[in-house]
Parts: sequence; C-alpha cells; structure tokens
Amino acid sequence: MKTEIVWMILGMGLVTYIPRMMPFVLFKGKELPPFIQGVLKNVPYATLGALIFPAIIFIQKDDIWYGVLGAAAAFIAAFLGANVILVVLGSIAVLSIYSYLM
Amino acid sequence: MADLAFSKESSEFKKGIQAGISIGIGYFPIALTFGLLAKTSGLSLYETVLMSLIVFAGASQYISLSLIAYGTGIFEIILTTFIVNIRHFLMSTSLNEKVEEDHLLNKLIYSFGITDETFSVVATKEGPAATGFLFGVISVSYSSWVVFSGLGHLIGANLPQTLQESMGVALYAMFIGLLVPSMKKSIKVVFLAVLGAIFNSIFTIGNLMAQGWAIVSATLLSAIIIESVEVIKRNRSVRHEN
Repeated sequence: MKTEIVWMILGMGLVTYIPRMMPFVLFKGKELPPFIQGVLKNVPYATLGALIFPAIIFIQKDDIWYGVLGAAAAFIAAFLGANVILVVLGSIAVLSIYSYLM
Repeated sequence: MADLAFSKESSEFKKGIQAGISIGIGYFPIALTFGLLAKTSGLSLYETVLMSLIVFAGASQYISLSLIAYGTGIFEIILTTFIVNIRHFLMSTSLNEKVEEDHLLNKLIYSFGITDETFSVVATKEGPAATGFLFGVISVSYSSWVVFSGLGHLIGANLPQTLQESMGVALYAMFIGLLVPSMKKSIKVVFLAVLGAIFNSIFTIGNLMAQGWAIVSATLLSAIIIESVEVIKRNRSVRHEN
C-alpha cells in the first residue's frame, strides 16, 4: 500500500467520522429548546425529499424518462402499501423491463 | 433479568438486520462499481477495501477517486470529503433525539455507521430506536458496502449493463418506500418532503452550491419553515380559543 494513499484514507475517515459522532457527545437529547426539537423531528422527511430529488431524475443522464418511470413505480408501489424491499425490487424490475423493451 | 434484556436486544438486532436488507441490496451495485473504478484509478485491492472500511461514505469515496485521477493533493481531497459529509452532523443531531438512552461508548460506535441510508431507515422507524436496532441496520449495510467494494475490484467487471442501470434506482426507491407511509399519515410530512425536494433541486440544478451543502441547506430551510408555520398556526388557534 502506498503511504500517501493510506494517509489520505485515514484523513477522509477522520473528517467523515467527526460530524457523525459529535452530536452524540455535544447533546444529551431532549434538552434543546422545543422549537429546535421540532425542527430536528422534521429533518428526516425534509432530508428524504432532498435525497430523492433531483437525483432520481438523473440516474440515466441521457434519458430523463428512465428516472421518472423508476420514481413513479416506487411511489405507486409504496402508496399501495408494499414494504420497502418490495418497493426496491419492484422498481428495479420495472426499469429492467423498460430497458429491455427500448 | 439479564437474559430478558439480552433477548430484547437480540430481537431488536434482528429487526435492524431485516430493516437494513434493502440498504444491503441498494449498496450492492454502487459498491461494486466503486471497486471497479478504484481499480481503474490505480488503487490496490487493499487500499480499496481499506477506504470502504474506514470511510464508509459512498459519495465522497467516488469523488476522491475522480480527484485522485485529476492529481489533486491529499489535503484538498480530505477537505472535499469533509464538506460532502458535513450533512451527517445534521442527521446525527436529529437521530440523537430518537435513540434510546445508552452508554456514550455504544453511541460512539454506531455513529460511525450513520449514512444517508442508515439514517433514513432508523429515523422513519416508529417509536424510539433501540441500540440493537441501529447495530442491526448498520451491520448489514456496512458488510454489503465493504464486501462488494472488494468484489468489484477483484472481478474488475460490472453487472450486465441493463441490470447495473436498473439497480441504480434501488436506493432512491428505498427512500421513497420509507417516505410514502409517513406521507400518507401526515400532511406535514408531505410539505416537508416537497419543500426539501424543491430547495435541493433549485440549489443543485442552479449550481448554487456544492452537493453536501445543498442537501444540508434544503433540509434546514424546509424543516425550519414548516416548524415556524406550525408554531404560528398553533399560537393563532390558542388566541382564538381565548
């Protein structure tokens, strides 16, 4: 292994771990002002929206409909009450069929 | 009593593993491709596996490969990694309100495994999250990430192209699968997700900021706006009652 690469990896690991770990050291939980606690409870859903869009539209750079179809398949499956694994496998299946037909 | 506590922890661990399986599936094509790209960027098998073992953060690992290819210096690569991954600070702060009380040591260990995906699974779970549950989710995800990074480097080839492409939807489909049940239950969740999506689209498509900051800013803006609207509405209805 090249020493330079190992140092780079260790540095990357450190700066990735610190933001993940700090909140657990800094806050005990439930002691922040109610407004901040409310905001923190909102964070997961706002994050999910931001993680999904716009990235899902661009999973195939030259065919936007590919991403739109994948998103639609996942939304419909989830809306009908399918569990998460089914939603994942279902949208993979729909897109496999789509690229097979194209 | 000790037995009872142990069996509770182990069933939480099992639940965590089950909940983590879709992450394991979703990481498979991405980790495989990472291994392959790492090989073409000149990293050895050990360096590739070491990076997945120590960093465990997909986007920044990909970015580091393209920076290595550009000949970017180590310091800049580490700084970029920091900026890309700073969003986890927000995720950990939010999770910290949800996890059950436990030794700091346990928290220090599982916080290593907080990614966009493990965070999403744990944060959308109903009720408080047990330590065993976190360890379950993270161990499936981490194993998938590390093992398939190595495998990608070893076999040096991708999945068949159509499968590779269609599996690229897996993690996004998982996010949707986690989000929609909560959207059906609460209009507030719908507003939060739609606002987060709109802000992030504006920031990234408009090229206004780097990806790491775009997600953090979109999340915070959406979460603060919706919370403020709720507080204002609540105050107003209290005043009406008086």
